[in-house]
Amino acid sequence: MRSSDRQLDRRAAIRILLDRRDELLLVTGLGSTTYDAASVADDAQNFYLWGAMGAAALVGLGLALAQPRRRVLVVTGDGEMLMGLGGIATIGVQRPPNLAIAVFDNGHYAETGMQPSHTATAVALCSVASACGIQETFDISDELGLRDFAARVHKSATTLFARIAIRADEPPRVLPPRDGVLLKHRFRRAIGIGD
Amino acid sequence: MSEHEPDWRDEVFAALKAAHIRQVGYVPDAGHARLIELVHADPEIHAIPLTSEQEGVAVAAGAWLGGARAALLMQSSGVGNCVNMLSLAKNCRFPLLMLVTMRGEWAEFNPWQVAMGTRTQAALELMDVLVYRVERPQDAAATVAAALDIAFNSDMVAAVLLSQRLIGAKRWVK
Repeated sequence: MRSSDRQLDRRAAIRILLDRRDELLLVTGLGSTTYDAASVADDAQNFYLWGAMGAAALVGLGLALAQPRRRVLVVTGDGEMLMGLGGIATIGVQRPPNLAIAVFDNGHYAETGMQPSHTATAVALCSVASACGIQETFDISDELGLRDFAARVHKSATTLFARIAIRADEPPRVLPPRDGVLLKHRFRRAIGIGD
Repeated sequence: MSEHEPDWRDEVFAALKAAHIRQVGYVPDAGHARLIELVHADPEIHAIPLTSEQEGVAVAAGAWLGGARAALLMQSSGVGNCVNMLSLAKNCRFPLLMLVTMRGEWAEFNPWQVAMGTRTQAALELMDVLVYRVERPQDAAATVAAALDIAFNSDMVAAVLLSQRLIGAKRWVK
């Protein structure tokens, strides 16, 4: 359906999203988006999911509701988002203004051998988000659109949802820490929460 | 019950408030109806209806990352949906209280509830969730308060099973 629009380089895309991130809190999904975030820089304000497929956007929801004065960006893949598709409906009901979800859509499960995902042939994620009540959706396939979205993440008045068409490739893995307890504690300390 | 005696459901809500619960995810169940009403009416609490129970485990993890305490309400059938997502809580030691209304036990009418209802506690224990059970209304609030204490003092998941006898078997009429 739109295999031809998947041209953006995922590592270039994550750099644009995290350019001048300031106090932006980041949650990444199981798989390649965690490596993408780590390729920019490991940061205590990143929470990487190394499992719990389908959780990323919902972890972002709980975080955004708990920290209304901070901006929260979720970056996850199409396969991870598809597993938590019902979560888009749950987020559509809450719509915190400080939450943005960016789905890196290469139409494939890169981690498991590049099997096609549902978005390769049938599912349009922005239409799903829009049908679930998220009014601000962005179908992005070029750098200009990506930069515009990256700026909106810092000033939006409602939940944002972007599908970012990226090339199906596998750049070298950059592995951040995997210890979930460590990631949790350092994240909480970084945003000023005591134990 | 005399009308001066508080309802156990209201006491359970008071226990959640006393423990500073700020986000409550739920999939509706008749046994939770009063609690859901109270949660929605409370301006300090985000009431978060879920499409499926495991979403609530993920939301609670995010809440804790942001410094907020969360609880999760569901029926026993929903526990089976949570098993893999509980790995998030277990692996990262995210605290969480689950309140589970039981089906498939006392005077159950619907045989389809029995398969999960009889394995609910085992499914929770499979993922190392601490499980407590309430049979009598006078024990409900204290059990919930104790489960909240251990969950948030020990960074663990605790579940309180509210038995079908306590809630009252669902009435089926033709």
